[in-house]
Amino acid sequence: MSAIQNQPVSRDQAKVMRRADLTRRLVARLKHEEAVIGGIGFSNFDLFGAGHRAQNFYMLGSMGLAVPIALGVALAQKQRRVFALEGDGSLLMQLGALGTVATQRPTNLCIVVLDNGAYQITGGQMAASGAGTDLIAIARASGLAQSAWAADETAFEEMVDRALTEDGPFVIGCRIDNARPEKQTPRDPSRIRDDFMRGLGVKK
Amino acid sequence: MPDAAALPPWHQIVLDTFKQNDIRLIPYVPDNVLRPLIEGVHADPFFHAFTCAREEEALGIAAGAWMGGLRSMVLMQTSGFATLANVIASLAVPAQIPVLMMVSERGTLGEFNQGQALVARTMRPVMDALAMEHHTITRLDETGFIVDRTIRQAVATQAPATLILSPLLTGGKAQP
Repeated sequence: MSAIQNQPVSRDQAKVMRRADLTRRLVARLKHEEAVIGGIGFSNFDLFGAGHRAQNFYMLGSMGLAVPIALGVALAQKQRRVFALEGDGSLLMQLGALGTVATQRPTNLCIVVLDNGAYQITGGQMAASGAGTDLIAIARASGLAQSAWAADETAFEEMVDRALTEDGPFVIGCRIDNARPEKQTPRDPSRIRDDFMRGLGVKK
Repeated sequence: MPDAAALPPWHQIVLDTFKQNDIRLIPYVPDNVLRPLIEGVHADPFFHAFTCAREEEALGIAAGAWMGGLRSMVLMQTSGFATLANVIASLAVPAQIPVLMMVSERGTLGEFNQGQALVARTMRPVMDALAMEHHTITRLDETGFIVDRTIRQAVATQAPATLILSPLLTGGKAQP
């Protein structure tokens, strides 16, 4: 991502942003039925809070699998852009998935890492990301060269626009707050899956 | 059932049955017994086969691919299945995603590794506790039928299923 070269920031330099606001900014830029996989907990609650879309999959369990699920969708539908929203604790649980994405090189995949350095939903216990583990550096070292921290909201939107128009895979790191989500996703996994498949045109 | 002497090897029957059922994506964690099947799907451009770091990652990829309209078979060995109870219980079953798994069975009929022998005992109880369909393939002449019907039923009922390849079929791994 050339925006990255223009605005090189480390995790420490990146602005701490509002998770719900960033999610709304992402969703507002999706004009072509892009798929979004919301990871466990607040990541998918805020995705639902940003307004339900038929192309959203809200992952209610299976912590760490937002990126693999998004990779599966990206491999199945190469014409569609696919986003994974994954928390830092979740990504730490499944770091090997970054290497798999790097070897598969899906040009239509963008991973958004929402990093508050903590396991927020369980009480805010510190994650390794809160003690110096840099998930964007890990993504780069995994072979995902187009990985960068978003310096601020404007940089985030520029990076999303690149992920929507240029060849990926991309990884966008976002420092986020620890706010409670505004809404909770209805807990009906079979309906979520059915809606998503219809949203992707797989079921009529 | 066909005459076993006239049949191709188990891995060729499995590969052909995958094709007949439009199973194209093969995410896997490697296994020595599965090698001829793994080499077969890599050599055939019908398939897209690749390694994953963990079995649950492979299951996530298969779940996403299914929802996007692409069928998968996840390959692993017995010890790998032992890492999957949570993802089957929290993703595949409640979301009604027919994730298909093929497990080469270790831990029985001449196992030399104590860890494999122990973890193998957890496999079928976990499958039964999840009420997940599973079949153990022991005979060459039944291989095509069991693989084909298990795939069809998983897809038709939107439920995950597992195919276990017994050492009786594959020869297993009798030496370290």
